[in-house]
Amino acid sequence: MIGKLDQMMQFNEAALSLRGQRQQVLASNMANADTPNYKARDIDFGQALQGAMQRSSGGTPGNAAALVTTATNHLSAGGRSSTGLSAPLMYRMPQQGSIDGNTVEMDTERNQFADNAIRYEAGLTFISSQIKGLLSAIQS
Amino acid sequence: MSLFNVFNIAGSAMTSQSQRLNVVASNLANADSTTSSTGQPYRAKQVVFSAQRMGTADATGVKVKEVVEDQTAPRLVYDPKHPLADAKGYVAMPNVNVIEEMVNMMSASRSYQTNVDAMNAAKSLLQKTLSIGQ
Repeated sequence: MIGKLDQMMQFNEAALSLRGQRQQVLASNMANADTPNYKARDIDFGQALQGAMQRSSGGTPGNAAALVTTATNHLSAGGRSSTGLSAPLMYRMPQQGSIDGNTVEMDTERNQFADNAIRYEAGLTFISSQIKGLLSAIQS
Repeated sequence: MSLFNVFNIAGSAMTSQSQRLNVVASNLANADSTTSSTGQPYRAKQVVFSAQRMGTADATGVKVKEVVEDQTAPRLVYDPKHPLADAKGYVAMPNVNVIEEMVNMMSASRSYQTNVDAMNAAKSLLQKTLSIGQ
């Protein structure tokens, strides 16, 4: 019974978690806008969400970029968030070159940051409305 | 939770940019200091940033690795009446380029503002997260 509740919210929970992770990556890019040789990173959200859903449903991981770790000393690629979802970090292609090797473009990053924040709020709204739907079903 | 890391990341960037602004202020204040406690004319200082991993691979903050002195030769100004003029009448003035320092200052202020925005956005998202289901 609790399993069914988990399953119902699983998609939105995974989406929200990935949005939070992406927010971190974008904030890191903005913080390192002046660091020489820093390369801007990002997460491909669609692919990462698909990979997370396939992993949690027990199917074969569709994310071919995930590293297989067979020994305890192997490092894993990409960031591991606290929920264990690992979204592979990719590099952003810069539009303009720069002398110090830094590929962060502030306009792109601010754009993506604002976009991601709105989508995070949308995810929150979806979860809220799911919960409210359940509550109204219980109370009626 | 991942969004809390944004505070650390933005905080590290704000600290580094304010250090950079401090260095710019020092350079501008000492643009005419022909001598210092070491007896040498003031040399312009610059900060060197380096990325610093904070926790997971997603979170990369920034810190000031070191403050280096600009190694270009001091400007020589002809002024034989100056007490510190050398045998030929030249005084060694600091190698501070005021225009570069102003540009640095503008860049540091913009970066600081951007990171304050990032921190505010993360704070409002977290506050909205706290009110799920209500």
